[in-house]
Amino acid sequence: MSRPEHTAPPEIFYNESEATKYTQNSRIMQIQADMTTRALELLSLPPDEPCYLLDIGCGSGLSGEVLEVEGHVWVGLDISEAMLDVANEREVEGDLFLHDIGHGLGFRPGTFDGCISVSVLQWLCNADRSSHVPKRRLARFFTTLYSSLTRGGRAVFQFYPENPDQVELIVSSAMVAGFTGGLVVDYPNSTRAKKYFLVLFAGSPDNSSQPLPQALGTDLPQGTEPSQIVNASAGRRPRPEKRGKGQKRKSVKDRDYIMRKKELNKRRGKDVPLDSKYTGRKRSGRF
Amino acid sequence: MRLITHNMLQCPVKGCSKDNFPLRIEDAEIENADADFNPQFLKRMLDRIAWGALVQTSFSLGVAKLPESPGDPNDDEFLQTLHHVLLETRVKEGRMVCNGCGHVYPIREGIPNMLLQENEV
Repeated sequence: MSRPEHTAPPEIFYNESEATKYTQNSRIMQIQADMTTRALELLSLPPDEPCYLLDIGCGSGLSGEVLEVEGHVWVGLDISEAMLDVANEREVEGDLFLHDIGHGLGFRPGTFDGCISVSVLQWLCNADRSSHVPKRRLARFFTTLYSSLTRGGRAVFQFYPENPDQVELIVSSAMVAGFTGGLVVDYPNSTRAKKYFLVLFAGSPDNSSQPLPQALGTDLPQGTEPSQIVNASAGRRPRPEKRGKGQKRKSVKDRDYIMRKKELNKRRGKDVPLDSKYTGRKRSGRF
Repeated sequence: MRLITHNMLQCPVKGCSKDNFPLRIEDAEIENADADFNPQFLKRMLDRIAWGALVQTSFSLGVAKLPESPGDPNDDEFLQTLHHVLLETRVKEGRMVCNGCGHVYPIREGIPNMLLQENEV
């Protein structure tokens, strides 16, 4: 599937027809709600305490509604007018702003207890105008976000990175801005359920380091060993022994080689001749 | 936009660091919306609110009269007034103007347009 970031800038991609999907398509709504619930869980706010939260890329307010149910007061930012109009029609509680987060946030220091964002960050990695420099936009966004969070506040971003370079760019920009934390990958072994969450801590209230929350779907079924990944390129390949002048070159296709190939093809389910004493043996000179 | 959020806003224009808070509200159309009264939240937010700016804004909009300095957080009447000002008063139409750089942020259907020109970033 093509990535929406490649088709158009966000303010154009999320038009009226795209916005209606977020109110009528129950599958999209369910996914958004699930991801918000998980993001809220990773935010680990103090229990039973109403907080003042920021929702970046609030869209039609699906994520905001999850926050409302939990009793929080929220403020939402989005770049798409069509999506915000839908949010207005749905009469969400939160305050809505039309804002490009790459321009930096305009909030006083220490405003929010936490910040959540669903499926937004990857948009910042794209340069939609000649004046856009993704690195600079990310840096401006993260520095202003850092200051608008309270000490010890957390920010959780669910996002869809296109490639490892994007992850690297986003994480390093956040670290430069002063955040600690890192990436939590839920269901890393599944292609569909796999979800990336960037969990960031804006300092900590008592200057202690905070552990990163545990990802979902990483525990293996009972009795299986975690599969060890061996780096094949680690260590040098042994060089063949040097042969002296006049010595004959050793055959590459010796018996070991043939047995190895037969074994491989057997595993692949191909028809392989049976092994015998003649396998891989040289013909006699009489032939 | 609720007044609690207006109280947190400052002008995001680059280099605008003087008089960038609070943004002046002009030609405002005010709307009252009911919200659940939550004293716990108000107490939590009390020390984050810039009181002078809030008094100034609520005076200019002509909403409930607030005392010069924040009252006792356990006084129910004070919290009710605060609740009404912060969470039930919404700016529906109008514009916000930065006193520092003069940037105008129009508000349409309760949504302020905070988009900037590229040379302001």
